Amino acid sequence: MLEFVLITVVKAVVVVTVLLLTCAWMTYAERKILARMQSRIGPNVAGWKGLLQPVADLVKLLFKEEVIPGGAQRTLYLLAPLLAFIPAMLPIAMIPFGSKITLFGREINLVIANYDNGLLFILAVASLSVYGIVMAGWSANSKYSLLGGLRSSAQMISYEIGIGMSLIGIVLLAGTLNLVDIVGQQNVWYKWFIFRQPIGFLLYFVCAIAETNRAPFDLPEAESELVAGYFTEYSSMRFGLFFVGEYANMVTVATVATTLFLGGWQGPFLPPVLWFIIKAVAVLFIYIWIRASLPRFRYDQLMKFGWYVVIPLALANILVTALVDLL
Amino acid sequence: MQTETMTVNLGPQHPATHGVLRVVLELDGEVVIKCTPEVGYLHTGIEKTAEAKLYYKVIPMTDRMDYLAPMSNNLGYCLAVEKLLGVEAPPKAQWARVLLTEITRLNSHLVWLGTHALDIGAMSMLLYVFREREDLLTIYEAVSGQRMMSTYFRIGGLTDDLPSDFEPMVRKVIRTFPVRFDEYENILTNNRIWRNRTVGVGVISKEEAIKSGITGPILRAAGVKHDLRKVRPYSSYEKFDFDIPTQEASDCFARYQVRLEEMRQSLRIIQQAIDGMPEGRYLARVPGVVRPTKEEALFQMEAMIYHFKLVTEGFHPPKGEVYVTIESPKGELGYYIVSDGGTMPYRMRVRPPSFVNISALSKLVVGRLLADVIACIGSVDIVLGEVDR
Repeated sequence: MLEFVLITVVKAVVVVTVLLLTCAWMTYAERKILARMQSRIGPNVAGWKGLLQPVADLVKLLFKEEVIPGGAQRTLYLLAPLLAFIPAMLPIAMIPFGSKITLFGREINLVIANYDNGLLFILAVASLSVYGIVMAGWSANSKYSLLGGLRSSAQMISYEIGIGMSLIGIVLLAGTLNLVDIVGQQNVWYKWFIFRQPIGFLLYFVCAIAETNRAPFDLPEAESELVAGYFTEYSSMRFGLFFVGEYANMVTVATVATTLFLGGWQGPFLPPVLWFIIKAVAVLFIYIWIRASLPRFRYDQLMKFGWYVVIPLALANILVTALVDLL
Repeated sequence: MQTETMTVNLGPQHPATHGVLRVVLELDGEVVIKCTPEVGYLHTGIEKTAEAKLYYKVIPMTDRMDYLAPMSNNLGYCLAVEKLLGVEAPPKAQWARVLLTEITRLNSHLVWLGTHALDIGAMSMLLYVFREREDLLTIYEAVSGQRMMSTYFRIGGLTDDLPSDFEPMVRKVIRTFPVRFDEYENILTNNRIWRNRTVGVGVISKEEAIKSGITGPILRAAGVKHDLRKVRPYSSYEKFDFDIPTQEASDCFARYQVRLEEMRQSLRIIQQAIDGMPEGRYLARVPGVVRPTKEEALFQMEAMIYHFKLVTEGFHPPKGEVYVTIESPKGELGYYIVSDGGTMPYRMRVRPPSFVNISALSKLVVGRLLADVIACIGSVDIVLGEVDR
């Protein structure tokens, strides 16, 4: 028993550390890639080729004074960033990032929790982060924050439904909610669910971008309209927590997409963990690519798109999948 | 059910108001029910200051009104003073003025496109247009030594002759820009999201636009074929062959199309101007009024005396008043100058296109969403330096 707890704790610490570091250098990668796409240089001062930029940003954020606006709901205001940050860290626990390895004579599963309802857990936890955003928007006593929070809650709840529905096709085909088993069923490349559920993948990706408030669905933080949306009033590391939470959500989406649609850690020649990373990074790259290319949706168009296009399509996808599966 | 409206103060410090415009919005949810643009946060008193400046010393201040189109402002002022004096710039100066104001139009429209697209979320456009703008600013720098506040036009002509590397630079612009415009169109014109955000947004009827005094690309996007370069040609514009693009839809997308087409037409004008650039003097020879060229002032006794007199004392235009309008990138730019026979303007009044155009903002946005306000402010294309001169 002790051994099991110890192994799990070590795995969790390693994975969360890697996740946080990924988030930090994801900001760097995003700025560099955006810069290349926009014919400029990007960060290049801190460290070699600007590689220490995330460290510089972190230090700056830590040493900034924290300002709490007058008239803010103190408790909620201080709690909101944590509520946005913690749910973003949790789903990674369900993601298998490799097969079994043998270390010191013990066999170790490269997944923190091999849980039978893993997919449900991810969806449930992901939907929690909306609370942080709603609280941040309402507690700050600022109109921009309020509008940002309102937009965000409406947007996240609508696209939550889309995400859930787009994944049902996979559950139908795989017959399980256990992510380890789902990966196991995609053992050759043509069995990847992206080929068996192409519409499901597209819908999932679109909804996931909306769910993580990224361009072109970055309305809650549309800087040209709402300054910074729900976290307009935040400063110092609490602002940083929202930021890290957002990037952690992106990483989660990328890893879930890898696990469910791209065959997870499986691939020839290279070690499984590397394959996993390559696939996840490719998905993240598409995220940044989209941000460089597309203008932003308007709020009502976004909601229309969610309810009139995404959800009917997802329903049709479920229906077709179920029929094909039955035959 | 009783609902309350919310008053949101957009600006003066706001990333999408293009400076320090303040817009007081009354919102019902996210729908705008009242919109009041408030100006005056960038008041510089340029009109008043002009009353205490010799005529030629006003030119640098005109740069600072519409700082994205300095040459157009120079041109308007110089034409007004020249009309007051009865002086006409020599052909080479007129051609160069046309060429450079068209480059200014490109400059202004490019920055407009970039910031408008940035407001709507297409972030990369801003960087692309600034890459192109670099070529234009290099031309500014070559002719005047300044990248933004050029002060290149003088009363009676130009400050200095065009530099020898001027022509290859302009040819480069003519060669590379059409390709760039095609790229912009690829990114935006048929982009579904771009169309969703701009088509049918910020519509103003033709009659309403004329009644509000709107000019420039907004008026042309409403279907009125009004361009002072054709209607009342100045500085030899009548000798150039170009079209006035118009659209009927009168929404943000129509304005985008009009401006993009205007840039292509500007390139046509630049091409003709550089091909047919006449030889000769770049400053009119009117002793006692127009300053002699630098070379003359250095080597001729009389020229040096005139130079000294003009720099220290200035000239005395006849009593009277003039009003001259030109087509600046943003619309009809007018200079009204009253002279009492002294060496300084008795009164100068500028009719800035941005100021008149932004005053119609509420007609564009009432009944629409908050996000449309941003798109509308962007599509009106204001420069606050000009609004609050």
